[in-house]
Amino acid sequence: MSALTFLIVAVIKIAVTLGVLLTVVAYTVWLERKVVGRMQNRWGPSRVGPFGLLQPLADGIKFLLKEDLTPPYVEKNIYLLAPGLALIMALTSIAMVPIGPVIHLFGITTPVQITGVVDKFGQASDINVGILIVLGITSLGVYGIALAGWSSNSKYSLLGSLRASAQMVSYEVSLGLSLVGVLLMSSTLSLSGIVHAQLGTWFGFIPQWFIFKGQFVAFFIYMMAAFAETNRIPFDLPEAETELVAGYHTEYSAMKFAMFFMAEYANMVTVACIASVMFLGGWSGPPLPFLPLAVQAFLPLLWFSSKIFGFLFLYIWIRGTLPRFRYDQLMAFGWKFLFPLALANVVVTAFFVAFHAQWPGR
Amino acid sequence: MHLFLFLLFGGICAGGAVNLLIQRKTINSALSLIVVMGSLALIYLLLGAEFVAVVQVIIYAGAIMVLYIFVIMLLNAGEEEQAKGSNVAKIFGIPGLFAGGIIGIWVLLQHRPAEQGVKIGALYGPADQVGWMLFNKYLLAFEVTSILVLIAIMGAVVLARRGNN
Repeated sequence: MSALTFLIVAVIKIAVTLGVLLTVVAYTVWLERKVVGRMQNRWGPSRVGPFGLLQPLADGIKFLLKEDLTPPYVEKNIYLLAPGLALIMALTSIAMVPIGPVIHLFGITTPVQITGVVDKFGQASDINVGILIVLGITSLGVYGIALAGWSSNSKYSLLGSLRASAQMVSYEVSLGLSLVGVLLMSSTLSLSGIVHAQLGTWFGFIPQWFIFKGQFVAFFIYMMAAFAETNRIPFDLPEAETELVAGYHTEYSAMKFAMFFMAEYANMVTVACIASVMFLGGWSGPPLPFLPLAVQAFLPLLWFSSKIFGFLFLYIWIRGTLPRFRYDQLMAFGWKFLFPLALANVVVTAFFVAFHAQWPGR
Repeated sequence: MHLFLFLLFGGICAGGAVNLLIQRKTINSALSLIVVMGSLALIYLLLGAEFVAVVQVIIYAGAIMVLYIFVIMLLNAGEEEQAKGSNVAKIFGIPGLFAGGIIGIWVLLQHRPAEQGVKIGALYGPADQVGWMLFNKYLLAFEVTSILVLIAIMGAVVLARRGNN
């Protein structure tokens, strides 16, 4: 592949992935309003378009046209920097996620992954520290929220961002540790390598995903830590309406507020992508040989998007179900329950991996 | 291309370091330090040490600097006062800077001729190589460091507990 083709393919992949991601973000908001509405016995958006489907578009226009306020006495540079930082960090990590297998299109062979390339054997390969890059970008995402609250010069914002940074730093530990078990079992840090480690099946139809290979405890730790990382209910203390008005983004309006909003939902999508790649086999799924070949080609994308949809629905479902934690409960849960559990999971997994390496086949 | 990127990130790194010193607001200094950490990580990446680069971002930019920012936010530290500038600094500092710089450059030139510098891929890049080095060649140092960290954590717990009684 020449340098120019490589560049063009990369630009197309980035454009398509970002376009899909932003559309998913917009329609997750719609889905959330609709589903939570139904759970609370009301309609949700229903006026703009059929089933309110054009509501995200109307919201977008509203965000663009609203007056862009900058309150006095804010730290202006940092105040303007913070929403951009939050959004950039939220959108960047999708580049590492393997969305599909290698495809052949118009004479070009490439994996459906922004940072993925094809090696000389025709196999997909990507950055060999992919998952660490995702964790690194996630850990940088704290800055957007922390700086937003501090620079706003408002007590609600400051309290919200103090809570957010303490919470995100605390749950990042459990989040990272819950992934160690999977990394031990797949013995690679590359995300496409991790998907390839889960491709086989038992009895021809049960896929060998890591959640079925003994990592289900890690999966639940990851999901709970991920809810806290994305500041979603029941861990949404940084923007608890009843106490803090709107938390760290109280002083933001129009597009700057929308950037925080988009960052939160893009983070939800990324977290769902990582969960499905690490524990649910990414784009792999049980084989369906009875389907025609033309449909088979789209199966990986279908599996992947249905897993993402499942996770997003779970987010919304839990939002409609659980009340908010108290702050000391949140910290105690993170440090006294999730953290030791994640450590225990690492130790047990390491024991089994070492046992298998010593006496293979038992 | 590599040289251009090295000069670019090296320049950003040095600029961030200077900005860290001349800024009068604490938060701006902390932000410049994050820029320094980030560009250092990119320089590691240019040398082919991707694992070290990512760990640099996760630990320094993602964890330690977040705590710095957290403390600055808690204390709500504002602008620092400008000192008048002592005469000692003017008389000894500027010549001392030059002398230090000249000695540093001389030492570097003596010990590392240009063609023997660190080359791309000369560092231990992939995670498995780093892990192999840590658990074989540097096992003792690694374990001793972990005990040191454990002692530091226990010290922090003791200090935090003392106020309650």
